[in-house]
Amino acid sequence: MHRFANPARFLRLGAAIMPWSTGVAVLSLAAGLYFALFASPADYQQGESVRIMYVHVPAAWMALFIYTSLAATSAIALVWKHPLADLAAKAMAPVGAAFTALCLVTGSLWGQPMWGTWWVWDARLTSVLVLFFLYLGHIALNNAFDDPTRGARAAAVLAIVGVVNVPIIKFSVDWWNTLHQPASITRLAAPAIDPAMLRPLLLMAIGFTAYFVSILLLRIRTEILARKLRTLRYMQGAEAPAPAVAGERI
Amino acid sequence: MRNLAEYFAMGGYAVYVWPSYAAAVAVLIGVLIASLRSLRARSAELEAIEGSLPHRSREERPT
Amino acid sequence: MTRKRRRLYLLGLFLLGLGTATALALAAFRDNLVFFYSPSDLARLAVAGDRAVRIGGLVEQGSVERRAGSIEIRFRVTDLQNTLPVVYAGILPDLFREGQGIVAQGRLGPDGVFRASEVLAKHDENYMPPEVAAALKRSGHWQETAGKPK
Repeated sequence: MHRFANPARFLRLGAAIMPWSTGVAVLSLAAGLYFALFASPADYQQGESVRIMYVHVPAAWMALFIYTSLAATSAIALVWKHPLADLAAKAMAPVGAAFTALCLVTGSLWGQPMWGTWWVWDARLTSVLVLFFLYLGHIALNNAFDDPTRGARAAAVLAIVGVVNVPIIKFSVDWWNTLHQPASITRLAAPAIDPAMLRPLLLMAIGFTAYFVSILLLRIRTEILARKLRTLRYMQGAEAPAPAVAGERI
Repeated sequence: MRNLAEYFAMGGYAVYVWPSYAAAVAVLIGVLIASLRSLRARSAELEAIEGSLPHRSREERPT
Repeated sequence: MTRKRRRLYLLGLFLLGLGTATALALAAFRDNLVFFYSPSDLARLAVAGDRAVRIGGLVEQGSVERRAGSIEIRFRVTDLQNTLPVVYAGILPDLFREGQGIVAQGRLGPDGVFRASEVLAKHDENYMPPEVAAALKRSGHWQETAGKPK
């Protein structure tokens, strides 16, 4: 049963990682919320509304990080046909879409009091909206075909095409005049954020990432079960269980 | 210790700050519940279908 | 193995082509992707007065005038090279103040005054508590960077 060998190894690895990632997620999110809402100062210009940043910015980072992972996973699926890659891509897309939606909603809630508008069509905001639609398109394509392998292939192509949007989002604030301000944290320079504000920001970012790891492991497990179900149903329908026609591509 | 009402007012930005955090909590918990539900549903279906295929012993167990 | 390698090369070529095409397209539409013009852009591009445009820059120090008994406000927007007088009647965002970056949407009148229909505040990428900002200003390490136009 070479087909199941890989998922079995993955399931063991996942079961070993899951308690750790979940623990890190719970602890970082609890500490992050404490610092974000109680033990951090108000901003000199934005007052208490700066606390929205501790949700908005980590959500934006997750939206980009998950999309980059999605594109990399899709490339692995298309080039090496790794049996788990399609399942991982399918498992992560809705989580990425949820973080992108959170980023857009909190950005709107922050923009209204600070900028004076819920939404503008500047390069940054528009490219993030495009990212959200890319996620939705990926989810839709994955479910659009009767044959799940065809759906996965179409979705993988979309994910790879959409990856050009990632640098556009990242550098939009530097390339064009936008209403959105440029990045505060760059690798080369000291961050333009006070340490007391950086702490909740990073804690929330670690918490979101660890949360994503746990959720992803859980969702890949679900996808593995779903694939087994399809195989078993196919074999049941075919009456005589022939191992060679398991309906799955290796 | 700051006045509690003053704290919840968030310097006048309460209507923007609290919905942001509510949205974050809703997304994190919503995705978690949806993922757990579909895992349970698939496990249950798999168990049901395996009950009808007694000759297949499975080498790894989910959950 | 060779088929995998071929797929990998194909994917690499595809991404290279896609990236080049996107870069070319973005370069071609560069001027249309701009969210706002600076006062210098406006002077250079000679935008027709009947077209609604967005301008961005800093609110010049000491330029904000409010008339008593009117919600009309006048101020000058500068990019440190050119300045543009703006007149606006409406609600200002919380971050609007002198020295702050703003983006205003409106039309340039024949008298050279920009009549704004909407004023948005642009904030910078610096975040700090008020005490730190005050200490920086006291020690002379303060840099005015808010909404600096490019």
